Amino acid sequence: MRINFKIWRQASSTETGNFETYVVENILKDMSFFEVIDMLNNSLIKKNKSPIAFDHDCREGICGTCGVVINGRAHGPLKGVATCQVHMRSFNDGDTLVVEPWQAKSFPVIKDLVVDRTPFDRIMESGGYISVRTGGAPDANSIPISKNNADEAFDSATCIGCGACVAACKNSSAMLFVSSKINQYAQLPQGQVEHPERVQNMVAQMDLEGFGSCTNTGACEAECPKEISVDNIIKLNKAYLKYGNNR
Amino acid sequence: MKFNANIPQGPLASKWKQHKFDLKLVNPANKKKYTVIVVGTGLAGASAAASMAELGYNVLAFSYHESPRRAHSIAAQGGINAAKNYQNDGDSTFRLFYDTIKGGDYRSREANVYRLAELSGNIIDQCTAQGVPFAREYGGHLANRSFGGAQVSRTFYARGQTGQQLLLGSYSALIRQMHLNKVKFFPRHEMLDLVKINGHAKGIITRDLVTGEIKSFAGDAVVLATGGYGNVFYLSTNAMASNVTASWRAHRKGALFANPSFTQIHPTCIPVSSDHQSKLTLMSESLRNDGRVWVPKKKNDTRMPNEIPESERDYYLERLYPSFGNLVPRDVASRRAKEMCDSGFGVGDTQLAVYLDFKDVITKQGEDWVSEKYGNLFDMYKQITGFNPYDTPMMIYPAVHYTMGGLWVDYNLMSNLEGLHILGEANFSDHGANRLGASALMQGLADGYFILPYTIGNYLSKQTPQADSSNEAYQQGIDSASNRIKQLLLIKGSKSVDDIHKELGKVMWDNVGMSRSRESLTKALELIPKIKKDFWDNVNVPGTNLELNPELEKAGRLADFIDLGELMARDALQREESCGGHFRLEHQTDENEAKRDDDNFSYVAAWEHNDKESVLHKEDLAFENVKLGTRSYK
Repeated sequence: MRINFKIWRQASSTETGNFETYVVENILKDMSFFEVIDMLNNSLIKKNKSPIAFDHDCREGICGTCGVVINGRAHGPLKGVATCQVHMRSFNDGDTLVVEPWQAKSFPVIKDLVVDRTPFDRIMESGGYISVRTGGAPDANSIPISKNNADEAFDSATCIGCGACVAACKNSSAMLFVSSKINQYAQLPQGQVEHPERVQNMVAQMDLEGFGSCTNTGACEAECPKEISVDNIIKLNKAYLKYGNNR
Repeated sequence: MKFNANIPQGPLASKWKQHKFDLKLVNPANKKKYTVIVVGTGLAGASAAASMAELGYNVLAFSYHESPRRAHSIAAQGGINAAKNYQNDGDSTFRLFYDTIKGGDYRSREANVYRLAELSGNIIDQCTAQGVPFAREYGGHLANRSFGGAQVSRTFYARGQTGQQLLLGSYSALIRQMHLNKVKFFPRHEMLDLVKINGHAKGIITRDLVTGEIKSFAGDAVVLATGGYGNVFYLSTNAMASNVTASWRAHRKGALFANPSFTQIHPTCIPVSSDHQSKLTLMSESLRNDGRVWVPKKKNDTRMPNEIPESERDYYLERLYPSFGNLVPRDVASRRAKEMCDSGFGVGDTQLAVYLDFKDVITKQGEDWVSEKYGNLFDMYKQITGFNPYDTPMMIYPAVHYTMGGLWVDYNLMSNLEGLHILGEANFSDHGANRLGASALMQGLADGYFILPYTIGNYLSKQTPQADSSNEAYQQGIDSASNRIKQLLLIKGSKSVDDIHKELGKVMWDNVGMSRSRESLTKALELIPKIKKDFWDNVNVPGTNLELNPELEKAGRLADFIDLGELMARDALQREESCGGHFRLEHQTDENEAKRDDDNFSYVAAWEHNDKESVLHKEDLAFENVKLGTRSYK
């Protein structure tokens, strides 16, 4: 296969960027998208040119490190996968692929396709936990949890924190990310005690970081590599109506 | 050199209890005067950092990732063992201990392994309290499954994403302490060296991966939880950035490196498809609970799997091991798959694969049942290979997955280098020559939540708090790390880091891989120094130090991998026996099983760094509670 790439290049957060065009040939359909970028980078290095910086690590779709926009879609054309799980069989010989970093005010570009997602950690710091110390936890079976609740908690907990929801949203809203963590704990008895404060604090921090508001377009769910449901957002909105006004 | 494992006296079952009482404590009011440096914030590092901060210590935590949640602990799929005996099937602390010792082919310490089994139940309690959504039964209680090599159901799981959920649990504990300002977290900071003062570990040198700034940090103790070194083989199931640098730099500063050649090759990975392959993907071995491994009975059979009738299939694991069948330990399953392929029974385009077939369980239990248990793994397989495992058998092949070897530690998880503590996969302590499935998560969390927070107090109580950050050792560390980077940037040769890493990987896989011989290891020891020379003459690292420069990061890591590779070959060569994942062709039984030599090799090989040739020290292993037997899974 032969692919024409138009890739966003930006030397650092303070410099302006632009699209560069690269033609890559001899691509096999079983190669992953990143393996093609590896191949391109290898040829750039041989020409003493700066290779394209991009975040990636596990290449199994689970660590949440990777994520680029391919032809306008966060994580590329497939539903329910991270960029590292996109293989070239998803494209056709001769295609042009436009590759951009996540675009959101709260995720400044560090270099090329690498963005700073530490705002997500700060949101988590504001309440994405159950306050329990190490040691002294009761026997795990002492609090039975219905399978339905446990399964729903799990579905919400599968968020990998990649930021595709923000990148896909026209408002750069982080509501899917925030609501999935809140709903995970809301489904469990251990999570009840701090639920009101968690709702208040995480939403407040999300706003402080400059993420936009949710206008229910559902773009986040459509692009989420873990297919996390917008039902989480509905539940957070309900909880916010109940607990959020007293701030 | 003197080093002591510091294993407590007394009966096995009361060693840890008694030891906890004997350990010196730091007064609660004094804890805040001590600073502990934690490098690596995966399961072991995050749980340790959070637990120490809860106790009152100041913690500085470092990761080369942007967030602790990216650590490769996240990729563990199958589960975590605990001797809870919730299933009433006869499990106990002693049984988990026994299985782990036996599974490790009698090359681990009894006392450490017993403690691990003893603490396993607490981990499940702790994680459940944190809100980790383990799988549950309809009655609301926790579900279990049996897993790789165990005859009881003691594995707790969260679908196929147990590692992710446990990591997010310890991450939540860590960020809570960050919020309370007890932990200061440094993202995108890579440790480049250890600072040693008067023989004690008192700080680290880091590079800020975004700005390139080289800095030193002082602490009263240093904890490394920096994972394993499987990427020395280039292709492995490790994440792209997983590396040995932190451990190797500490080794160069005097920390012993134990059993470096003990590598686990995991039997169920997606086979290599081309030369461009950048990494291998694991399919959880929980799949072996319900999938059946087979190859065609006929050599070089090119028919599609569905065209091969039942009578022409060889379910070789069931045939060779009637009692354990498809659930034999990882090393056995891997080696048998390799043998099948080497003798011409391999399948797929490359003939380097065997089938893992779910037809029977799908017929018996239905697709929904299979999807509930393995859905995400099946999806991942389809995503990568383009084949749907609900219709056609999976193809699998062994791949490097875990390294049992690591920095040497005593019972307190402290290195021979005082003040340096090593946790999780980075240490060598619990898995002997082969790790059983669902034990890595258990060990990482036992080390981080329940062992180090106690034992580090014993060291700190003897130290005057607040290391002197003006000591010249810090500036020397900065200078030497900066010089090394300058050197790497100046070479400007014709090869990329990946080019050379691939060459190293091939030498390691061919000669220090699944089966080794005197001949192959001697060859590796000739080839690796050539690769080293090639690297320092011909590598091209583009760009500068003062920017985000992934090639520079990779170059520094590869330089250390090359040195490690040589030590691995040396270690495998001196161990004239086969045990667990270390299979020497010269040492096998008539039935091609590993043949141990307990009289001569029942020791931990602990290597001391030396620029000329590393020096071997031996820690003899004493077995007082289990009888050394030949592992039999027939």
